[in-house]
Amino acid sequence: MNKKWRGTALFATILVTMGLTIGLKLYTGAGANLAAASSAVGVPAASAGTPSSQPTTSASPSASATSSSSSGTTSSAAATGTATISGAVEQTPYGPVQVSVTFSGTKITAVTELQSPNDRDRSVEINSQAAPILAQEVLSKQSAHIDSVSGATYTSQGYAASVQAAIDKR
Amino acid sequence: MRHVQTVMGFPISVDIRDAGDFTEGVASAFDALSDADRRFSSYRRDSEVSRINRGLHPPADYSDDLREVLAVGASVQRSSHGAFALRVPGGAGLDTDGVVKGWAVQRAADILARAGAHNFCINAGGDIVVRGNADEHSGWNIGVRSPWDATTMIAVFSLHDEAIATSGAYERGDHIVDGRTGLAAHADLASVSVIAPSLTMADVLATAVFALGADGLEWAVHDYQCSVFAVRSDGSMITAGPLPREAAA
Repeated sequence: MNKKWRGTALFATILVTMGLTIGLKLYTGAGANLAAASSAVGVPAASAGTPSSQPTTSASPSASATSSSSSGTTSSAAATGTATISGAVEQTPYGPVQVSVTFSGTKITAVTELQSPNDRDRSVEINSQAAPILAQEVLSKQSAHIDSVSGATYTSQGYAASVQAAIDKR
Repeated sequence: MRHVQTVMGFPISVDIRDAGDFTEGVASAFDALSDADRRFSSYRRDSEVSRINRGLHPPADYSDDLREVLAVGASVQRSSHGAFALRVPGGAGLDTDGVVKGWAVQRAADILARAGAHNFCINAGGDIVVRGNADEHSGWNIGVRSPWDATTMIAVFSLHDEAIATSGAYERGDHIVDGRTGLAAHADLASVSVIAPSLTMADVLATAVFALGADGLEWAVHDYQCSVFAVRSDGSMITAGPLPREAAA
């Protein structure tokens, strides 16, 4: 269960730190990529994968705003039937991370950072290049279901065929 | 219908979304996989590959299947400047595993298609061929797992008539060897996924790019029709080529 949060935690850390460090100053100047990166935190999955050719409304400001207050959800459109769940503290390569995730139905509509790594400067440096890519992946991975999973070859010794079937059904 | 069977040491699942009974087609596909295992496995003393390595099988007697597999390996060995190789320094001779898995599963998919299946997905221990659609409206949503957590998806791609293979050292230790040194590929990449028209190429290219490291992404999309999605050891991601990012809802 805890492991489920690790990837999300990393994304949240990276994306929110982008928002914090660069801030609104560059919001207009840095162009579509930054807007897309920040919007991954606050925008419902409906806009998955489209690198913001449309204006990104309040998504980017709310991303940095919620992270500094360490709680709360964004004011994104999908407000009905939401639930916010706090994840456990996860140890990541960049330090401990804890996030809360807001679901609307089964879709993630917001990821809020509750705890972040100490050396965030370093993680920003490492990941800044990848952030625009991450944003899109965060959005697209919220797809309703996954038919099958690709990964490095696993052997039948470690993974029985029934496991494969379970993975396929995810 | 769904079917799961272990062949060549890993589980292979078939998920057919067409109506109808494809029992025979599936059986033929798995027969072909078992044939490939008998012919190419270095763990079987009587396999063609083992006989070559014992000096009992001259090139003139090579089977057509073996020639096909060797040709794929030789081509990628040339273009990767040796990073991918079927004979590595210090190795036990010819080892066709780097080609056979993708090649054999692609052949199984072709057999299933000839048996009349139009919409299906074969997952062979994490390497996947898809045909057609998962339902009337959308392609197959294929997740790529995190190198650090099998239950976390780091990307989802919507695929139609293509294949995706992922290489990494996280499941079986350092099982990817740099063909130039014979040593474990010292990876600046944690995971490499290649999307290509056939699993034969996707599988080989994922291995080659893993051995080449981050520079391998541009090489692959320059020399082959494919797209590459990779995760670096620090967790960041890099891509090359057009990726079908938008998964269907």
